[in-house]
Formats: sequence, structure tokens, C-alpha cells
Amino acid sequence: MSSKNHPSILFRESQPDEGLKKAVGLKRVDVISMVRESGLRGRGGAGFPTGVKWNFAALAQDETKYVVCNADEGEPGTFKDRVLLTERTDLVLEGMTIAGRTIGAKEGIIYLRGEYDYLRRHLEAVIARREQANLLGDDILGTAGFSFRIHVHMGAGAYVCGEETALIESMEGHRGEPRNRPPFPVNTGYMGHPTVVNNVETFALAARVVALGAETFAKVGLASSTGTKLFSVSGDCTRPGVYELPMGLTIEELLREVGGEDAKAVQVGGASGTCVPHKAFTRRLAFDDASTGGSIIVFGPQRDMLRVARNFMEFFDEESCGQCTPCRRGNRVLLEGIEKLEQGVCTLTYLSELKALGESMQLASKCGLGQSSPNAFLSIVEHFKDEILARQTA
Amino acid sequence: MNTESRMNPDTSRAPVSQKPQVIHPHSNEGDVGALVRVNIDGQEIKVPLGTTILEAAKRLGIHIPTLCHHADLCSAGLCRICVVEVEGMRTLQASCAYPISSPMTILTHTRKVRSARRHVVDLLLSEHVGECYTCFRNNNCELQSLSKEMGVTHFRFGQRTEHHHKPDNSSYSVVRDMDKCVLCRRCVRTCIDLQEVGVLEACHRGSETAIETFHDKPLGEVVCINCGQCINRCPTGALRANDPTEQIWHLIDDSTKHVVIQTAPAPRAAIGECFGCAPGTPLTFEMNTALRLCGFDKAFDTNFTADLTIIEEGTELLLRLHRALVQGDKEAALPQFTSCSPGWVKYLEHFYPEYIPNLSSAKSPQQMFGAVIKTYYAQLHGIDPKDIVTVALMPCSAKKYECNRPEMVDSGHKDVDFGLTTRELAQMFQEAGIDLPNLPKSEFDDPFGTATGSGVIFGATGGVMEAALRTVIEVVCGIQVENLFDHADIIPLRGFDGIRYVELPIRDVGPVIPMFKPLVDSWSWLKGATLKVAVAHGTANAKKVMEDIKAGGRLSECHFIEFMGCPGGCIGGGGQPIPTSPEIRAARAKAIYAEDSSYKVRKSHENPAVLELYTKFLTDGPCGHLSHKLLHTHYQARGRFIA
Amino acid sequence: MLVLEREGLGRLIRELCDRHGRSRPALLPILQELQETQGWISDYAMQAVARHLDIHPVEVYSVITFYAFLNSEKKGRFVIRLCRTISCDMRDKDRVARQLEQELGVKFGQTTADGRFTLEWSNCMGMCDQGPALMVNKQIFTQISPERAHEIIESCRRIYALYPERSEDTALEAAGAVQVLAGPLALEARS
Ligand SMILES: Cc1cc2nc3c(=O)[nH]c(=O)nc-3n(C[C@H](O)[C@H](O)[C@H](O)COP(=O)(O)O)c2cc1C
Ligand code: SF4
Ligand code: SF4
Ligand code: SF4
Ligand code: SF4
Ligand code: FES
Ligand code: FES
Repeated sequence: MSSKNHPSILFRESQPDEGLKKAVGLKRVDVISMVRESGLRGRGGAGFPTGVKWNFAALAQDETKYVVCNADEGEPGTFKDRVLLTERTDLVLEGMTIAGRTIGAKEGIIYLRGEYDYLRRHLEAVIARREQANLLGDDILGTAGFSFRIHVHMGAGAYVCGEETALIESMEGHRGEPRNRPPFPVNTGYMGHPTVVNNVETFALAARVVALGAETFAKVGLASSTGTKLFSVSGDCTRPGVYELPMGLTIEELLREVGGEDAKAVQVGGASGTCVPHKAFTRRLAFDDASTGGSIIVFGPQRDMLRVARNFMEFFDEESCGQCTPCRRGNRVLLEGIEKLEQGVCTLTYLSELKALGESMQLASKCGLGQSSPNAFLSIVEHFKDEILARQTA
Repeated sequence: MNTESRMNPDTSRAPVSQKPQVIHPHSNEGDVGALVRVNIDGQEIKVPLGTTILEAAKRLGIHIPTLCHHADLCSAGLCRICVVEVEGMRTLQASCAYPISSPMTILTHTRKVRSARRHVVDLLLSEHVGECYTCFRNNNCELQSLSKEMGVTHFRFGQRTEHHHKPDNSSYSVVRDMDKCVLCRRCVRTCIDLQEVGVLEACHRGSETAIETFHDKPLGEVVCINCGQCINRCPTGALRANDPTEQIWHLIDDSTKHVVIQTAPAPRAAIGECFGCAPGTPLTFEMNTALRLCGFDKAFDTNFTADLTIIEEGTELLLRLHRALVQGDKEAALPQFTSCSPGWVKYLEHFYPEYIPNLSSAKSPQQMFGAVIKTYYAQLHGIDPKDIVTVALMPCSAKKYECNRPEMVDSGHKDVDFGLTTRELAQMFQEAGIDLPNLPKSEFDDPFGTATGSGVIFGATGGVMEAALRTVIEVVCGIQVENLFDHADIIPLRGFDGIRYVELPIRDVGPVIPMFKPLVDSWSWLKGATLKVAVAHGTANAKKVMEDIKAGGRLSECHFIEFMGCPGGCIGGGGQPIPTSPEIRAARAKAIYAEDSSYKVRKSHENPAVLELYTKFLTDGPCGHLSHKLLHTHYQARGRFIA
Repeated sequence: MLVLEREGLGRLIRELCDRHGRSRPALLPILQELQETQGWISDYAMQAVARHLDIHPVEVYSVITFYAFLNSEKKGRFVIRLCRTISCDMRDKDRVARQLEQELGVKFGQTTADGRFTLEWSNCMGMCDQGPALMVNKQIFTQISPERAHEIIESCRRIYALYPERSEDTALEAAGAVQVLAGPLALEARS
């Protein structure tokens, strides 16, 4: 899936378990420095520096710690973790094992979204094979005292469980409702123990960082967004699918790769991301610009953008955990507002009330879901005002 | 101060998201010992690590509005009304749930903050069926006051007028009207954490989220114990007690009916709160005047039957001890449990039905009173009991259920017709234009007018046990309580610790007083024994005691245990004025103990009216035949299975 | 519920609790297995689980209502969930939806009178590049055209003839009636 112009990090030919073998020969702090120096930032969306996160967890004083692989991949338009788990299963498990050794955890858990149930048997088979090969279990690779085991925990159909504290609540047998923070999972996570939660891709990349060295990784991409990124591309383009591309490409460049040159807009980052109109296609796909956990949805010239906004709002109205007022109720009010717009009966005054509400939701919601659920609506209203207001009879 | 009912994070079942959070502080430069420096709206203060922003602001006298926060409950951080701006942070933070662990600068009323808070209220109102005129929380509603505080002038996102839920009237005690629910989950935390009953939970998700019972069954069909603690902590009119005032007015207006009211001790210490008095303002005798003004034919003091309960329950205990110690009867069902708290009784019936034999068969004071009024009093005054209406002023919502238990008809009629809460009586007074605090005082009506201090302290946790011990010490040991405890105040039984345990060695015994002659010849079999007693309040603590007993722990060796369903005992009952907090309950308790000290007679067995009842009416003595018929009851093993 | 049935369910739940443990984190795995084998989680089952885990039944109910793949109401033998999120929407999921409704004679959110099918919406299932996507119980199917929707329902009907009771979902595969998608198309094929 990597194009010829852009060398792959995840899918290139390599020695199996190169990273893990290297890591057991390194001091834990050195692994952390390596990950830090590589500039690797979390691929789950928020882009938190992975080395820093691992360092916090490594410093936390506790006998019991956990490594959790966030395979809840629920963001609309995202499916790259599914591909990684299918095609590069060993690499993901290797990354988790390295994280386990680095922070001092003996247990790893893959939180797999319920929809991917068909992958469970495959994952468990690979885990079993790795145990046999002494890549998991006790005294891994003959290193005395290095124990690490992985098991799969199934989600049960809730997008919000991708949020790391909701994910932990869910693993503990509760409703997937995000927690108050602080404390953060690296201090007080699963069952009250320090827990590192990383995205599937982050683990895979971390394994490659250790194998290839921080520098090789950091050379790819931009200074503040290093390495490659998996993009899940869907919508109005001729070649949808998963692409591994260096960080920092422009949207235009990506559209050329996937055959979506005539797009009128691109949704970067899924339902919780932003809608980028044609005139801004020079923006870069990177943490500090148009940031995405992987989702790229292409809208062709004929698309009705209000329908897009409504689709996203319906999604959040259902998928909000329902805990906090701004998100639980705000999404519904925005959704009803969009319906008004669709019917052409929304006054401009009310539209600006809705925008102000969206801004409050971004600020006052308890977790990332409510903080980002108004994004799509706000950006579509901003960039496609004419299209939207053309319907208004009032 | 007293942290009685604040839940313990280690044993609570609350999801971690709702527990007080544990902070493992990294050392920070700005830290001074365990103190952190914060700047709120330009004012500096040093607070211990882990203090919430809300708490720190409070110390500076800065007001931050709250809704889902409650002094008795773990923090939830979900209504988002209390958000503040923290320097360096992109989003606003919930001050009630943000523990300070490093120096920070906080602003509590910036444009962003004000706008977000307004939006929170706007959103709540948009799904709230606002009918303040007809709502029992009108004028005492947190949503109403927040709207006022936030300056809401119109319904920005509309207002819901059509009803989505039918009020659930299935319970004798608690009515749920979910159209008024703001989803603060205070009731959920109350029922699961504070009370450990686990009737209510947030169900579904997204905009469908709702507070439901198990499979959304009517409250009357699940394991609700009717404690009403959820009502006391609900900020709105979504939860209320089943209100009988209309029927009572109707009966008062009916001249063929003789309407009498008995008043429990706890309401007197609290009813003033409904009239703007500070918590703990005692209005016992003003209330008597008010009741007569209202049209009640007689105002009696439930303390009378509280004393009677002590005699009956104490006798029962002595009989059980006799069976166990003298007859070596292993089935004597010790420890004996008190049975005066109907919330606790139902809790035991649901969760520990195998311990029903341990429950004292003595009825609660409310039910004893009802039975005595419709028999003894009716005879005495020549009134046909079917024309007597007995109302019971109680601090409690479970009492409404208790008086409707089918077995409570030993007088040949419904012993107690209505349980009326403190809040409801205050409402009746207000309706009648009665300015309670400024009324002249008057006494209770005879023949039950004479009360003792022992009856009064039934209202606070530990009170029943203190009253019982006062009597047991004097009756059995033949000494004055004052010889053991100054002023007969048994201090170790007081306070708000969840579970209290006291041992009382019986060094010497005295002669058997006449009342007990039919039962025992001498107390010598108790000489040298050590009486072990315990006190627990709130069903979460009751559960701990029961688990300890089941496991054969120290409490299983007790002889007598007082259980109160509500945190703090009756003063914290589910029918008391709203709001409630540890401070408010402590103030009410203080009033109760002050009233106790003011009485000349402070021991149940010295109550002359009680003694008279035994000589004139219950002539075969405590636990005798007639008292068994009228003053004792039986229980029902309910189990916890919800059909 | 018949007493015998209840006893059988009680035994199953005890066994599940023995296997997964009796602590709170075991709750979801236990409920998931119940869901899978029974097709729903009854009042009796919720209370039995609560009893084993020493939690309140309402907590079990609350958890079940939170997750899309757990239900406390009986549903059809086959639960068909069509993705309605944006990428599938853009690939004309509405046509597929109409086909399903006509074929089954019910609207979304309903169960057929014979109790065989429940039709529901679902949110993005991570198959956006191959939409429209749908799930039958736990099995995902992609690139659904109205014709394929018809085929899938026909296959379900054939499976029903063989396995009227809900059992392990592998029945779908075992019956050989449905072409089971092993996973996304191979990467190489599409680069
Ligand atoms: C509503 C919501 C959903 C999320 N879903 C996912 C997800 O499906 N997968 C994921 O890796 N991260 C998801 N995240 C981000 C996680 O909270 C967390 O930041 C991430 O797993 C950390 O891993 P990383 O540092 O490797 O990115 C989500 C966040 C929010 C607020
Ligand atoms: S923002 Fe939404 S998903 Fe997050 S806690 Fe609030 S209600 Fe739940
Ligand atoms: S709950 Fe409060 S705001 Fe709502 S109707 Fe009652 S008094 Fe009014
Ligand atoms: S009355 Fe008590 S037991 Fe019943 S729901 Fe309220 S808090 Fe729970
Ligand atoms: S019923 Fe009352 S306490 Fe419970 S969530 Fe609703 S408003 Fe809050
Ligand atoms: S009072 Fe702080 S979030 Fe509700
Ligand atoms: S949008 Fe349908 S599977 Fe993602």
C-alpha cells in the first residue's frame, strides 16, 4: 500500500522481531530515549509523544503495570488498525512486548472492538505462536526475569471506549464512561495501576523505531511530525484503502495518490476531525496542521455537505457516553439544528447560537468526544455557508 | 469533622470515574511540604495536595456553582456547571473533580466560563419539563436557582413541554418523575455507594441516557428500601415522596373524624429549616401549637412509644439472653437487631432474610402508637376506632411504606393511616399561613404527653442503644446510669462513625423491679457477663456489620445491635428538609441531645405514662400476651430476586 | 421461563463465572458469552450474574444497555446491522436498506414476526473502503449490493433450517451457506 515514491517503514522487508531482540540488549532508559528521540507521537489521534508517556509509566512506582493496545478503532473512516492487526500482527505484538519491558509491565491487553471479532482467533493464534517461540511468556528470548503475556479483551460496541479512560472503565467491567483527569492512566490506570495505552500503529512503529534506530525514523516526515502515517482513505476516490505515507504531505498530494483529485472537500480525522474545503488542500497532514488518527474521507463535487454534517451528528448523538451535559444534550441540539437547516427553517440568529454552543461544547465537555463532536458541524458551516444557506426560505 | 457518610473509596463500588481520585504527586518546585500554591481570580492560597479547585475556591470565599457535586457523595464531574479556566490548558476544567497537584492559576468567571455555564443550563432546560408552579421543589430547586444565577432570560434551545415519562407512583414512599431529571446521578451515587442498595443506575447512552431501575421496572417492584435518601440528594423535583397531605386535609375537614397526629423527635430539630431557621433550631413546642391551629384534634409525642419500644425490645433482649445463657439455647438468635427503622427492616428482608429471627419482633414506635391509639386511647375516650385517623409525622419516607404493610392492622384497623414527612407538614403549615417559628409554645396532649429524654434521642444514630442501655443498666445492675456515665450521657454511642461498638461489663446485679417480676426471679445469671452492643447507620454500614456477622467476626458476638437505615439516623431521614449535608445533620443531632438534657425524666422505664399503660392496659406486662398482639409483629423474607 | 431452562441457564452462568472469575472485570466477558450463546441476556441471567459477582442487578442492566452488542431484550435469531455512517452512506447504503426492509417486511429497529431476523442500524464498522458494510450477528460482510443483501438473507434462511437455535456463531461458517469474509482484501493486491 506504500507508494513507490514513499518508502515504507511498517511494510518494508525486515528481520522478524529485530526490534525486540535489540531491545533486550538495551537498558530501559535507552529504549525510552530512543523512542523519544525518534519523535514518535501517538497515532490514535491526540499525538502525545510516546517516549514521554512510556517514561511516566516507567517512573511510576508500582509492582503491577499494564500495557494496553487500543484496537477499538471506531472513528468513522478509520480502518488502518484492522489492516495492521491482520498483516503485521507480529509487529504490533512486538511493540507491546518492548513497551512491557520498558515500563516494567508483565501484562499486555489488546482491547479489540467488537466488530473485529473475526480477528480474535487470528490474534490469539499469533500470541500462542509467539509464546511457543519464547517471544512472550517467561524469560523472553532467554532474558532472565523478562516476563510478558498478552491477552485479547473484546469490546462490545461503543465508540467512546476508544477514549483511553473509557477503555479502562470498560475493561474493568463498567460502562465505558471517561474518567476525570487527573490522575492519568500512566499513574492510575487499569485496576488502579500505571497503564500505558497506545494505538495499534504506535506500537508497531515503536518496534520499528527500536529496530531501525531513532534517526532513520526521525528523518522521515516533518520535524514535529516524524515518521510515516497510515491513512485509511474512503469516500469519493478511485483507490480507497490504507496508505502508508510520510507525515507532512499536503492533502492535495494525498488526493493524487488515491485518485480523488476532483474532491470538493476532505474530512480529515473522521467524524471528530475537521472538514477541509478545496481551497485549503495545501494544508499538511501532520499533528500541528491537519491532524488525523488516520481517517481521510473524500467528498466529491456532488456531495451535500449538510447531509454529511447530519450523518456525523447522528453518530455522536448515539455514541456519546451520555455522562456530561454539553455532549449528551449538545449533540442532540446541534442535530436538531441541522435538521432545521435542512428544512430551510433555521434563522441566522439561531445558527450563530448553535455555533456558540458548539464552541462551549469544545471547551466544557468532559472528554475528547464532546470536545471534538462539534468540529465537523462548525467547519462545514464555516466553509459551506453559501451551499447551506441556499436552502433557507426564511 | 464527621465524615460518617462520605463513602470510602476502597470499598465503594462506584466506577473509578466517580471515586475520589488518588493522586501520586510528583515533586514540584512550587511545592511546600504537602502544600501547593494556587492563584484563583488573583488571590493566592496554599492548599494540601489533592484539594479540589472547588474546595480551594471555597476557602477563598469564591463561589463556583455546582450541580452534580454533593457533600455526601464522591465526585462525578459530569454536569460541567462548575467549569473554570486553568492557565495553560486548552479546555475548561470541572473544579469539583480537579485535584490540585501542582501550582496553578485559575480564573472562575471569564467569558468562556460564563458562556459554557450558561450553555449547560440552557441545555438542561431544553430537555426539562419545567412546571415550577406545580413542582414540589418550587423555590427549593437547584436547577431553578442555577437558571437565576446564570441569568437565563429565555429558552435558547427550546423548552420541553410534552411529557416523555409517566411519573412512577408504584411505591408507597418514593415517586419518580423522570421528566424533571437532570441526570446529575446524585441518586445513583446515593443508592449504590452511600446506601449500598443499588436500585438506580444510569442506563443507555448518548441522548437516550436515563436513570432507571433494574430493567426499568416500577420502583415498587424492585429492592428499593424506601429510605428516601435519593430524594434528599436530588437537586430537582425528579424524586419526591408520596404526598398524603390532600387526603389529610380532607379528613381534618371532615367533622366526623378524630384526626390525631404523633410526632417523632427528628422532625422537630429540622422543620425550622423550611421556615428559614438555621439547622438544629428546635421547634418542638411551637409545632404543637401549629398542629392544633392546623386542625389536628390531638398532638401526641411519639417519644411515648419510643419509651414503650425500649421496654418491649429490652425485655425481648433479656428474654433472649436468658434463653441463650441460662437455657443454653443455640437458637436464641443473638445478636438481637433493632427493628424501628423500616428502611433497615426492608433491607434485611431483601438482603439478609436468613437473619429475620434476629430482628426484634417489637414494632417501631410509630406502629406501636397507632395500635395503642386505636385500642387503649379509643377505649379511654369512648371513640369508635374507625373514626380515628392516625397520622404520623416522621422524618422518614419508609414510614409511609411501613404503615401500609398488610400485617400492620393489629388494632383491627389500619394502625397508622398516614406517614407524613417533615417537609410535607411544613407545606401544610405554609398553606395554612402558619408562621411556625414565631408561634407560642404549647405542650403535647395527654395521656401520652409525658416523654423522656430517652425517647427523644431515638432521632439520632446511637440513640436507641443509649436509651436501651440507660434502662438495662438501671433495671439489671440496680445502679444509676449517672454513676457510670456523667449526666447519663453515654458518649461512646454518640457521633457519626459508621459503626460503633461498646462493651459494658455487668459487675453487679440489682433486685428485679415489679414490671419484670412476671418474667424473671433474679438477674444473678447476668452477673459477670459483658454486654456487647454495636450501632450502625446507613445501610452501607449495616451491610458491613452483616458481613462481619456472617463471617463470624467480632460483631457476631454482640448481644444487641442498633441499625438505622439512614446516614445519621432519623435526623438524616428521607423525609427531612432538603438539602442535607454532614454539617446539617450534626446540627440537628445537637438539637436532639440538647432536648434530651432538658428533660427531668431521661430513662424510658421511669416514664410514668408508660408505667400507667402497663398497669391499666397491658396488664400482663412487657412481652406479655396483649403486648404481643398489639406491639409486636413479624417479617417477610423477600430475598433479592426481582421477578 | 421453565424451571428446567432456568436451571440450565443457572448452570451455564456458574460455569462462565468459574471460568472468567468473579471480579468486576469478568463482567463483560461473561455477558458477551451469554449474549453469544443465548442471543440475549434475560432478567434471570442478569440477576444470576450479579449474584455471582456480588454486584447489583441494576449495574449489570446498566452495563448491558450501554453496549450496542449486548441486549436485555430478545432479538431475532439473526441480527442484521447495516452501517449507516458516512462512507457507507455515500456508497448508497439507502438502497441496501430498502432491499433489506422489503425482503424482511420490517423496518429498522424491528424484529420479524417469526423471530428470525432483527434489522438494525449500526455505526462505522471499520470497512469504510469496502462499503456498504453490514454484520450478521458477529460476521461482517462488505460491498453489499441489494442483490447481495438478498443472497445473505437467503443464506440465513438456509442456516435457520439447519440450526434454528442460536449457537456458536461459527454455525454461519459451518453451514457453508455464507461466504465468510476472512478479513480485508490483501494489501498487496491493492497497492
Ligand atoms: C472519543 C475518542 C475515541 C478514541 N478512539 C480511539 C481509537 O479507537 N483508537 C485509538 O488508538 N485511540 C483512540 N482515541 C485516543 C485515545 O484516547 C488515546 O489517546 C490513544 O489510544 C493513545 O494512544 P497513542 O498515544 O498511541 O495515540 C480516542 C479518543 C477519543 C476521545
Ligand atoms: S464528552 Fe461525551 S463522551 Fe465524553 S464524557 Fe462527556 S458525554 Fe461522555
Ligand atoms: S424541578 Fe425545579 S426547575 Fe423543574 S419544574 Fe421543578 S422547580 Fe421547576
Ligand atoms: S429510596 Fe433508598 S433504596 Fe430506594 S432508590 Fe432511593 S436511595 Fe435507593
Ligand atoms: S433523579 Fe434527581 S438525583 Fe437522580 S439523576 Fe435525576 S436529577 Fe439527579
Ligand atoms: S458540579 Fe462539577 S461537574 Fe457537576
Ligand atoms: S462507514 Fe460504514 S464501515 Fe465505516
